[in-house]
Amino acid sequence: MLTIKISDRDRITPIQSLVTNVLSLLAALGAVGLIFLVCGVNPFFAISKIFMGSFGSMYGFKETVTKAIPLVLIGGGLTLAFRAKFWNIGAEGQLLMGAILGGWVGLAWGDTLPSVVIVPLMFAAGFLGGALCGLVPAFLKIKFAINEVISTLMINYICAEFLTLLIVGPWKGKTRFGFPGTDNLPDNAILGVISGSRIHYATLVLALISVVILTIVVYRSRFGYEVRVIGENPEAGRYAGINFFKTSMLIMLISGGLAGFAGVGEVAGIHHYLGYPASISSGYGFTAIIVAWLAKLNPFYAIVSGLFFAGILVGGDAIQMSLGLPAATVQIVNGTLLVFLIMGDFFMKNKVTIQRRASVES
Amino acid sequence: MDDVMISVLQRTMVAGTPLLLGTVGEVICERSGILNLGVEGVMSLGAVVAFIVTYTTGNPWFGLMAAIGAGMVISLIHAFASVTLQANQVVSGLALTMIGLGLSGMLGKPYVGRPLAEKMNDVAIPWLCDIPVVGAVFFRQTPFFYMAVLLALVAWFFLERTRLGIKVRSTGEHPRAAETQGVNVTLIRYACVMIGGGFSAMAGAHLSTSYSKSWIEGMTAGRGWIVIALTIFALWNPGKAIGGAFLFGGIFVLQYLLQPLGISPNFLAMLPYGATLLILIIIGLGDQRKLSAPAQLGEPYKRGER
Repeated sequence: MLTIKISDRDRITPIQSLVTNVLSLLAALGAVGLIFLVCGVNPFFAISKIFMGSFGSMYGFKETVTKAIPLVLIGGGLTLAFRAKFWNIGAEGQLLMGAILGGWVGLAWGDTLPSVVIVPLMFAAGFLGGALCGLVPAFLKIKFAINEVISTLMINYICAEFLTLLIVGPWKGKTRFGFPGTDNLPDNAILGVISGSRIHYATLVLALISVVILTIVVYRSRFGYEVRVIGENPEAGRYAGINFFKTSMLIMLISGGLAGFAGVGEVAGIHHYLGYPASISSGYGFTAIIVAWLAKLNPFYAIVSGLFFAGILVGGDAIQMSLGLPAATVQIVNGTLLVFLIMGDFFMKNKVTIQRRASVES
Repeated sequence: MDDVMISVLQRTMVAGTPLLLGTVGEVICERSGILNLGVEGVMSLGAVVAFIVTYTTGNPWFGLMAAIGAGMVISLIHAFASVTLQANQVVSGLALTMIGLGLSGMLGKPYVGRPLAEKMNDVAIPWLCDIPVVGAVFFRQTPFFYMAVLLALVAWFFLERTRLGIKVRSTGEHPRAAETQGVNVTLIRYACVMIGGGFSAMAGAHLSTSYSKSWIEGMTAGRGWIVIALTIFALWNPGKAIGGAFLFGGIFVLQYLLQPLGISPNFLAMLPYGATLLILIIIGLGDQRKLSAPAQLGEPYKRGER
């Protein structure tokens, strides 16, 4: 008789880890295909369309890189927070607050200050905005034991309503003819793009530098070590004298701030004005959660996983148009991928072997 | 008491109903030790399934039953990941929310903007509905309201007063001890996650077949997340959930009450979310030991490990 035996796996080689991840992704695509089939869409056509749309042409690839910028920034920051088991689900709100403050600085002083001054100022303001939204839940968690999943999410909704309040009210632009939205940013406050694309390179460079610094911080600094201890063994951390308040605040300062950067990039690089929350961020804050998870909480790998999920977003847009599928399709794909990644984790932590039962279990 | 006040109270009950349903489900789930952050997604799926089935069959009760079924089935994803695979429950719950929101958007797309011909009609309870004020507020309500309150009381009785309820609680407090007493931890947890999903889907059905009689994407508007906060607010007690849910129902209604005063509707829309934070802070200021969260909430249980 055959039985399934599950035992702990002591260690896992990088190759095994990679193979497991790739197999999980393939299995997930299989499941997504099944969902497409049920919904009456040819799965092979849809899935190939997703990847042709994002990686199959120069235009698609440029769009993929454009959308990867916020995902890498936010996903990189989330790897830090998730390492400490600080479940920051509020990147969406942090991004919006970054967009609000960065956009405000650009609108207010973009006419008077030159680009080299205004752009760094906008990013600084955006970082501050995102960081503020991140610090509140960290403060609430340590001081009042408030679950950060709930607090970060509530702040998401509050930020979205706040932005809407601004663009339909006090910040409504004169050039919008009564429609919600601010005026366009002055030229000095608009980020340059690589010609023939929408890739705002200042943010791209910022994203790459950020994840490299984060990688060094995570693996080579005392702070990075403390973050890991808090996440893996908080009891030990307390005995070792780690200051939970300081460390958590710093984690969320960085994680929120990077999301704020992403918000500035979207406003100053893509839209050029503040509009409705749903148009500024197409769910980057949530997609970045999977980006961080697929990166196995390694900030550097967030570059690869960010690019991958950006590809799914772009490809998702492509099949929406050609197959008439709703925008929510991408969420199904993302959710399914996440489930299969979790399943993959199980096989990395446990050794599953099928064997002939030799004797009755004692 | 004037008619306006009665109408406000009645709408408070209506607005609190989906919150109560969701909270009772999450309480049952969390008492067994499983944190389910998928409520928002399951609620959304419940809303769309209830709408589609009601739209096609013309019978909202079929819609409700289909929604509950769909909610229980989709929750299996979370049960499998968190119980069988011992995965991180936060991540798996988020995945469930994404899938639920995605599926509901996909399934519901052709139905956006179509009004429902047959909705869940209000039911007046004979005799009781004739009591002044009380009758109008509590006894001329949607069936969902009666079901929510009744189920909350049943859930309280079940968890606190029955043998099976003790098994559920012990599974959340100390699964190893429970197992040595012959409790099937895996089975209990699977069942509780599925029951929780059924409740969430029911809450969604209320939104689309009784509260608004239509379907649009994002109509759950964060109620699933407020439910998670309410579960803490209710101290994992379905009885206390009744008070919490209708308190929040009142905050939802307050939005519409204050609008004529010229306050920005977007500012008012922040109220429920701000209130959630405020209430959690108030709980946090109190005695933490009174916060009797199930001891093993969110912790995967591995059989045979010492």
